[in-house]
Amino acid sequence: MRAFAAGVAAVVLLTAGIRAQQQGGAPARPARDRAAIDLTGYWVSYVTENWRYRMVTPPKGEYRRIPASRAALPLINAWDPAADERAGEQCRSYGAGNIMSVPTRLHITWQDADTLKIETDAGTQTRLFRFAARNGAPAARSWQGDSAATWEPAAGGGSLRVVTSNLRTGYLRKNGVPYSDQTTVTEHFDVAPLAGDSKLLLVTTVVEDPVYLTGPYVVSPHFKKETDGSKWDPTPCSSTW
Amino acid sequence: MFIHVVIARLKARAPLALVLLLLTAGRASAQFDFVGSFAPIGTEDVQNDSVPVDYLGLAITDEARARALSYDESQKSMIERQCAGWGAAYLVLGPFGLRVSSQTDPVTNRVVSYTIGAWEDWNEMVIWMDDRPRPSEHALHTQAGFTLGRWEGGALVARTTHVKAGFIRKTGVPMTDNASIDWRFYRHGDVVTVLMVATDPVYLVEPEIISKSFRLSARPLDYRSGCVTGYEGHEPGDTVPHFAPDKNPFADEFVKLYHLPREAVLGYPETLYPEYRKKIKDSYVPPLPCTESCGAAGNFVLRR
Repeated sequence: MRAFAAGVAAVVLLTAGIRAQQQGGAPARPARDRAAIDLTGYWVSYVTENWRYRMVTPPKGEYRRIPASRAALPLINAWDPAADERAGEQCRSYGAGNIMSVPTRLHITWQDADTLKIETDAGTQTRLFRFAARNGAPAARSWQGDSAATWEPAAGGGSLRVVTSNLRTGYLRKNGVPYSDQTTVTEHFDVAPLAGDSKLLLVTTVVEDPVYLTGPYVVSPHFKKETDGSKWDPTPCSSTW
Repeated sequence: MFIHVVIARLKARAPLALVLLLLTAGRASAQFDFVGSFAPIGTEDVQNDSVPVDYLGLAITDEARARALSYDESQKSMIERQCAGWGAAYLVLGPFGLRVSSQTDPVTNRVVSYTIGAWEDWNEMVIWMDDRPRPSEHALHTQAGFTLGRWEGGALVARTTHVKAGFIRKTGVPMTDNASIDWRFYRHGDVVTVLMVATDPVYLVEPEIISKSFRLSARPLDYRSGCVTGYEGHEPGDTVPHFAPDKNPFADEFVKLYHLPREAVLGYPETLYPEYRKKIKDSYVPPLPCTESCGAAGNFVLRR
């Protein structure tokens, strides 16, 4: 009986030590070292879904498959790409609510040990996924907002979860279907093997907006891994194309 | 006496068991709960079947294109062809949800298989989880095919082979019985995302890759039976309805409706990459907004 009690006590002490380490009792390992999956490198959009909404600009007023609210309809019908361009708002369809659906190449690197950086050549946008809490005053709203990242490890792999908020009002579709600055974008990044030692990046995206959506808007664009950046071709935002 | 010995041994090993249990408690889990009903979310356009000639988002061979353009939807009224449009791939191309059950070994209690229930024309899919050998290549090919699965990196990974020759898209884009489909089922919270990578050595230049999401449903989805053939006016031996080369009257319907480039509608591989968007930048003229008979949400056509 004594041996049993001693064993239980040892277990309690051991696990308490482990938990303390996990919760900050000792310096946490940087996110880069804890990566559940390797996302770095160049990736290219493979547009096999929503082709008509992504590769060309759909007709004005078409918002099929987007759960747009009544509040969104006047904005959808008033969309004026030339006016957006004149107002310097040509990046509205390149914000975090839609950027992964824009046909583009991604360049993913570690900016530092706790910040993953995603650059797009379409619209030359930069997203920063921060694994560590951000210090200081809140940043101004922006096209890419603030993104908090966490690994969701699983045996033999796992996912990256990213929650983005503090966004500027943008478009879910090139033809002006809006999302508001109250929007939250939750993404899961998963990697799957493809034939020929290639890889596929799947980004399951849930856009929630209490203003312009009646329910979550869920899309899952995917990207093929490229061997290098030879096809990287930065182009500025455009609201007219 | 015997029971005392057993208790003493259990007491001696309990600390070790506790250590193992607690040390592994915070570690990553390999599996998720796949059993239940998952309703389609439907915010992605993956069906591409609202007009007869729509091969957008596919990378198909010239032979596949020629066969697809010869396809007449009246073929569906032939008993021997009625189920051909609803093969395994229709799991992500169709409008239905996932009703998933599991079957366990009564002795070991381990999952032997998962079954995704049938939905009208689509036959149920059994995902065998018990490492059974894949059948001989000469074994029976079926509408649903044969699927083996395993857990990997937090996802359910599966591969379907032994499918019958049919269609990869129900608008008549063909698929051979040498096609295979790799599946990944991910679950993030209440959302299950199914990734399909279909390859066909004859008709696809590049894999058809479709991902579709479903949400956990509090209410169980209805049971539906699979594809059952029946007489629809065609007698055995009747001519197969088809269009001769260059005679498909619907070939340009989608092109004209949305001002889309013909090579994109006909499934040319280069149309799937960002470069293509740049290529058509100066030639594409968007259609005028729809003003009458627009269908849902400003769309020009309702689904047929």
